[in-house]
Amino acid sequence: MAVAADQPREPVVSIRRLTQDQYRQSIADVFGDDIKISGRLQPDPRREGLIAVGVSQSSVSASGFEQYDSTARDIADQVTDATHRELVGCKPVNAAKSDDACARAFLGNAGRLLFRRPLQSTELDRYVGLAGQGAVARKDFYRGISTSLANMLVSPSFLFRTERAVWDGGHYRLDDYSVASRISFLIWNAPPDEALLLAAEHGELGTPDGLRRQVDRLLASPRFEAGVRAFFADMLALEDLDTLQKDPTIYPRFNSKLAADAREQTLRTIVDTLVRRDEDYSALFATRRTFLSRTLGVLYGMPVTSRGWEAYEFPAEDPRAGILAQPAFLMAHAHPGRSSPTLRGKAIRELVLCQQVPAPPPNVDFAIVQNVQDPKFATARQRIAAHNTQAMCTGCHKLMDPLGLPLEGFDGGAGMRTTENGAVIDLSGDHNGKRFVGAPGLGSALAADPALSSCLVNRLYSFGAGRTPAADDSGWLEAIRASSVADGLKIRAVVRAVALSDEFYRPEPGDGSAEVAAGPSASAKDAKETPHGS
Amino acid sequence: MGREVTRRRLFRSALGGAAVSLCTPLLDMALDDNGAALAATGQPIPARFGTWHWGCGMNPDRWTPAVTGADWEPTPELQLLAPHKKDFSLFTGYAAMLDGRANEPHISAVWALRTGYAPKTKEDIQNPSFDALIAKAAGGGVRFRTLDMAATGRRTDSYSTTGGGALAAPELSPLDLYQRVFGSGFQDPNSSAFKPDPDIMLRLSVLSAFGEERAALLRHASASDRQKLDAYFTSVREVEQQLALQLEKPPPAEACVVPSGPPRVLPVSTEIEEVTANHKLMVDLTLMALKCNQTKVFNIVFSPSASTLRKAGSADTHHLLTHQEAVDPKAGYQPGATWFSQRSLEGLAYLIAELGKAKEGAGTLLDQILVYAHSDTSYAKEHALDELPVIMVGRAGGRLKTGLHIREEGAPVTKTALTAMHAMNLRVGSFGSQSLEVSQAIGQVLV
Repeated sequence: MAVAADQPREPVVSIRRLTQDQYRQSIADVFGDDIKISGRLQPDPRREGLIAVGVSQSSVSASGFEQYDSTARDIADQVTDATHRELVGCKPVNAAKSDDACARAFLGNAGRLLFRRPLQSTELDRYVGLAGQGAVARKDFYRGISTSLANMLVSPSFLFRTERAVWDGGHYRLDDYSVASRISFLIWNAPPDEALLLAAEHGELGTPDGLRRQVDRLLASPRFEAGVRAFFADMLALEDLDTLQKDPTIYPRFNSKLAADAREQTLRTIVDTLVRRDEDYSALFATRRTFLSRTLGVLYGMPVTSRGWEAYEFPAEDPRAGILAQPAFLMAHAHPGRSSPTLRGKAIRELVLCQQVPAPPPNVDFAIVQNVQDPKFATARQRIAAHNTQAMCTGCHKLMDPLGLPLEGFDGGAGMRTTENGAVIDLSGDHNGKRFVGAPGLGSALAADPALSSCLVNRLYSFGAGRTPAADDSGWLEAIRASSVADGLKIRAVVRAVALSDEFYRPEPGDGSAEVAAGPSASAKDAKETPHGS
Repeated sequence: MGREVTRRRLFRSALGGAAVSLCTPLLDMALDDNGAALAATGQPIPARFGTWHWGCGMNPDRWTPAVTGADWEPTPELQLLAPHKKDFSLFTGYAAMLDGRANEPHISAVWALRTGYAPKTKEDIQNPSFDALIAKAAGGGVRFRTLDMAATGRRTDSYSTTGGGALAAPELSPLDLYQRVFGSGFQDPNSSAFKPDPDIMLRLSVLSAFGEERAALLRHASASDRQKLDAYFTSVREVEQQLALQLEKPPPAEACVVPSGPPRVLPVSTEIEEVTANHKLMVDLTLMALKCNQTKVFNIVFSPSASTLRKAGSADTHHLLTHQEAVDPKAGYQPGATWFSQRSLEGLAYLIAELGKAKEGAGTLLDQILVYAHSDTSYAKEHALDELPVIMVGRAGGRLKTGLHIREEGAPVTKTALTAMHAMNLRVGSFGSQSLEVSQAIGQVLV
């Protein structure tokens, strides 16, 4: 059934804009990969560590809407052009005129996939009406469809994931279509497919068995890889690579292709380690397996003969261990012409351990830190040590530098080195009282830190829910962390545990609509029951 | 209900919770054109507004003239602007107050100035910036309420927000800017032929069909979600207004000379020579967009706060230099860092010179425009929050006095923003919150 009868709508409990990736994936899923999305989409803001949280706190600006509008018209024109119009699925009686029956069939189906729920009958009537109006104005059935589809693609029902709550046995929970979107975007970073929408329609997602069936189906699909990629691209802020600049005189091997390949290399390593090999999450920070393209081969000084990607494994003693020793991380957290142990340490704290490093005090004399001309301060370690003789600096730098200094064997362009300004670089570091050397040591130190696993679980929750955990989420998230660690911290198991938790589907406490805060109207609710959160 | 956005609603979402109080309803205000008119057409000349930002400030003791009023002498760091002394007023001594919040380097002051609230972090920016309030009030009636651009080519380089934490998305290259303004949808105001585009008519009518969806969504949404939806529908309305405008024959614009083609494509980067070249092209296109009535408001970022500018082959960015470079003991300042802030000012000098060449009516664009130029700090080495440099270029349709040096040591920098709003005839009663709240504009420069 493509259309829902009109009924009173349930309270909206959250609204979040599709990310650029989710937008692109939605179009590809509904209309196919060959529909091109040219032009820019509204940028995704990052909040509280994730774009997934940022998009739930921001709206559509005027220039953003302009971009959505022109992209929508472009997509709708492609979908209805001569090469793609079989997507419409039916033929009009007369292609120069409107045809409500054919328009209704197409728009009902496309709308259900785009809005991630069946259209209400008045909604569908409106879109059929727009198709008719367009067909008459443009004397062409397909241009009418295009007009209506373009409107659908800028509708808030498409651009915003709108979650609604239903009253269920004493508390509110997300309705089945909202649950379908939650698991689908969490696991695939894509809108629900046909099977998932059917499961929602049949009420299966409201039952533990039905939910488990769908979650397991999604996890078993190859599309889980896309979900994992999206999650880590967000968690590790890999979008920084899109706008990264380096000084070409200092790092002549750097270019935008290298930055793009570096991003891809890290994502491939993540998918290979966590999804294909099902290894412990901490293996990401130790693995010597990676993938190289020709462009990366130049940076690594390694010949890559094929045009695509080649798997590569560094020998056991190689310093290039883990994703933090890969160019994506090393280049993004450095200056345009210089490495920065402080920036790298800060990024590890913030992105990988979910810890906030305070901003530097305003009136700091940085003169020594970067005074590369002074022979007493040849290496970054010597310069930072001098700087840290100032008490006001030491506190925060102790948090950052010992995690970044072990990566000083890589310059700001991710090239390997053993000396800086003629002095041998000391790669020792320490974390939580344990001393270690180089990237491999860093990987072991991180593996031993419980913050590594709790950061992963919290970020996964935030990625799925679009908000950081509330105070009363810490208990169940910690339980998931502890049991996952005991089983070897497998990404699939963590995602599954989050997706099968009742708590994951609780409307946000304190920020639901007035109805959710107060419970449904007296007529609708059992007088004996108390709504959750009241 | 329907699609009609009530004034009250639009007004509310326009301000998005800003710490602004209004003396008169925002939407009732039309800009005073000061009686100036174009000779050929008799059309009133609209007032225009722009902002211009450079990063990492200047050296206050080499910047600030000793004398206030009209008789000030250009100091070493203002030499580049000396030829234009009669076309701008200089404001010194103004400061950003944090009310106990931490100084987030390169963020606190610039956002305090723009939004009237010094955010704890970049994520804490919620109020609309004053340029967006001016654009809201004065930017209508043209295709683009604002044009935003970053000469450094980075999409995060923006200091303009309509509120709710969404920063304006700048154009990142002269080509992007050209295509946005003079690409599809552009109608030459001086072309004799005009036929309303039926496609635009259709689009307008289709866009207007969101009324029911709006009502259904808003009815059941929480306050914060309603705010997001309101912002969305306000954006829809704005595009509707743009389309409606395109259905009318544009009034002729005598100074409009449509560029014959896209600009040269130059590399886009933070390297100073490339930034300078791209900035020039962006200024040229912006001025033509003004003259062709495509926009009345623009935001140019020459370089971002914590300036990313660099010289080819050097490991040091402007920002790094401000912290690491030793102060030259003889000269008394950091020569490398100062070189970058002077190169930035050269960009501003170019903008002023071009505005002065842009004939319009009996005068030039300088008579009609107000360009509010500022930085994110004064002495960047210390992330200083006082002595913030502000320059207001142009006479704002006769409402702003130029050639003056105004100094108020320690006064909230929001005062300069309020003054700009008043000069643009946006008669807000107050701007800013806590120590940054001001209700008195700087009377000496207002006519």
